[in-house]
Amino acid sequence: MQYTLAHLKKGETAVITDVSSTEIPLKLLEMGCLPGNTVQLLQVAPFTDPIYLNINGSHVAIRKETAQLILIEKSTL
Amino acid sequence: MSKQINVALIGNPNTGKTSVFNALTGLNQKVGNYPGITVDKKEGICKLPRGLKAHVLDLPGTYSLNASSLDENVVIELLLNKNDKDFPDVAVVVTDVENLKRNLLLFTQIKDLEIPTLLVINMADRMQKKGISLDINYLETQLHTKIAVVSTRKNQGIDTLKELITNYGMLNTKPCLDISTIDTTYFQNLKKTFSNQLLYKLWLVITQDVNFGKIQRNDFDALNDFKTKSNADLKRLQQKETIKRYQFINNVLKKGLIVNLANATDLRIKLDRILTHKIWGYLIFFVILFLMFQAVYDWATYPTDLIDEAFASLANWVKNTMPAGAFTNLLSEGIIAGIGGVMVFIPPIAFLFLFISLLEESGYMSRVVFLMDNIMKRFGLSGKSVVPLISGNACAIPAVMAARNIENWKERLITILVTPFTTCSARLPVYVIIIALVIPQGTFLGMSYKALTLMGLYIIGFLTAIISAYILNKVLKIKSKTYFVIEMPSYKIPLFKNVVFTVVEKTKTFVLEAGKIILAISIILWVLASNGPGDNFNNAESIIKTENPSISEPELDDKIAAHKLQYSYIGIIGRAIEPAIRPLGYDWKIGIGLVTSFAAREVFVGTLATIYSVGSASDNEDEDTIKSKMAAEVHSNGTKVFTLASGISLLLFYAFAMQCMSTLAIVKRETNSWKWPILQLVVMSSFAYITALIAFQFLK
Repeated sequence: MQYTLAHLKKGETAVITDVSSTEIPLKLLEMGCLPGNTVQLLQVAPFTDPIYLNINGSHVAIRKETAQLILIEKSTL
Repeated sequence: MSKQINVALIGNPNTGKTSVFNALTGLNQKVGNYPGITVDKKEGICKLPRGLKAHVLDLPGTYSLNASSLDENVVIELLLNKNDKDFPDVAVVVTDVENLKRNLLLFTQIKDLEIPTLLVINMADRMQKKGISLDINYLETQLHTKIAVVSTRKNQGIDTLKELITNYGMLNTKPCLDISTIDTTYFQNLKKTFSNQLLYKLWLVITQDVNFGKIQRNDFDALNDFKTKSNADLKRLQQKETIKRYQFINNVLKKGLIVNLANATDLRIKLDRILTHKIWGYLIFFVILFLMFQAVYDWATYPTDLIDEAFASLANWVKNTMPAGAFTNLLSEGIIAGIGGVMVFIPPIAFLFLFISLLEESGYMSRVVFLMDNIMKRFGLSGKSVVPLISGNACAIPAVMAARNIENWKERLITILVTPFTTCSARLPVYVIIIALVIPQGTFLGMSYKALTLMGLYIIGFLTAIISAYILNKVLKIKSKTYFVIEMPSYKIPLFKNVVFTVVEKTKTFVLEAGKIILAISIILWVLASNGPGDNFNNAESIIKTENPSISEPELDDKIAAHKLQYSYIGIIGRAIEPAIRPLGYDWKIGIGLVTSFAAREVFVGTLATIYSVGSASDNEDEDTIKSKMAAEVHSNGTKVFTLASGISLLLFYAFAMQCMSTLAIVKRETNSWKWPILQLVVMSSFAYITALIAFQFLK
């Protein structure tokens, strides 16, 4: 199964594999959301949206609908 | 040599750019507007070593040169325009040591424009705690720049920075990334057509249309031929560019920056766990809001009363000391009364800006945005709408502008449209005075009825904003892509200096801007109230004397003054509109207040002050303040003008009516259309009229 950032659970870490959807705002990429970078889900807002991430040292919050566009590989550790 | 160097401060939001600006310029700064747009332009003068001076411009915070908002666009417009008088001789890029990697992205872009660029690594005081060490020499060589390691909190490194700015001529302008590597053929063609232009600059102009549009490009018309690529293709190239930039940065930082995680202690995680908690998070937020209102109403009352009394006695003093005549009257009844009406604003506004700037400086505001996004989304708003809706409690003008960082156009438009419902501080003097007049003494659960009424008005304003957002969300048919990205900055203890500067600056601007209008209106009003056509005005004295032959001296004076006012120009206008406002419980004097309030709400109190000063001849000690004058006001049949019914009706009218020309002008600018401000004016004011009507008829 292909995972996206939206599948991540609180505290889990993953590696970003693909951000090629043009629906993803450039600003997010500029904040470090790029293939190869690690991402950790830090907090989930009440009612499960938005989510609060640490992407490669940048702390950002995004909505689930954007998270669904970012493909990841869950670390098995 | 007294040449002035142009310095531009550029950096991501939350890097302490403004602290660096404050440290460089001290109090030698002013806030203006960029021509044609409402983005704040902060500039100041900084004294450099060896008698040099620098003109420092604090550009709006931006994550990159690919602008996605009006604020960010200012940065790129300036950097692309060599002829701009503010075009920097040297760009100072401010970064936060904890987010160096991300902050350097912007640095590489500025560097590629071949502008002499300095790098400031700020918040150096946090390095040890975070286990960060830097190899400055290595970074300087790799990035082809000079670096100042600064801690504005501990006031370190500013002198080094000044020294580096002075020697800006020695800076290397070698770019960081060869842009043509992202698509060789495309850029080769570009190069052929524009042999004398910088490729990266061309690329920025081409892609800017995709992101934002609206860039001045007189000499770049031929660039349209290079729009052969589809927007999606251009976006893909921008992605590629971003990836390349990060590769470059990662390579540099691999050796230049060492983070020892063992030393890192993270306060952020602990605080976030509480502050974004599904119960505690909201609870804390509401406690903070509650404190804020307590401050604005309760704590601010003391200085406000002092100011009010001071102006009342000043007006009296002028009246009694200066030679009697038209000028003295104008001064005491028109100008001083009018200015006093504005000065009472200072304490509540300062408190509001104090709270808002503390919330933003500490990094807490982003947590509120995060907490509220889901709820706000259901009403067609964004989590980021919280900032405008809270700042709207200070003033709708900066609040409407704060809506700029909402990415989604529909959410942004709705936020702009509903923000004026929030209780701006211009309503406050009206509320405070009416509440003091009509709400009875007494307490409920430890809060006075008066404070409760005020809080109720704030809640009504906020709820109306939210509900209208919900309706607008259903009614407006606008398609726009929804996305939402917000940085969660680390928590910081707010810098005292920054907070003070913000409070002083915003309060000053507000009072001066409002003051100008109020002063002008006060004078016009006074003239209109002191003059009138025909017999009824000019022969007031004899008319009253024949009507009331046996009347005491002071009573006679009062009667004459009241009669004169009634037949003055302002009285004629007021009585003309009286039929329309009578059902709401107002007399014609309040009517004049309503009319002038359409310029700005805060004019109301000043207007009444002017009208009542002119209307009362007695210099009774008890009737010094506007409040006591209003309390004494009666209808022609002897009943009080300000009763519970008319008071509540007035409060509701002011809660809902769109009475601020400046806000309408800002909305026009921000939405680029007259349609939206006119809609606001009509809908809000009709709604205000209807609710005030219902309230008065129900309560009387």
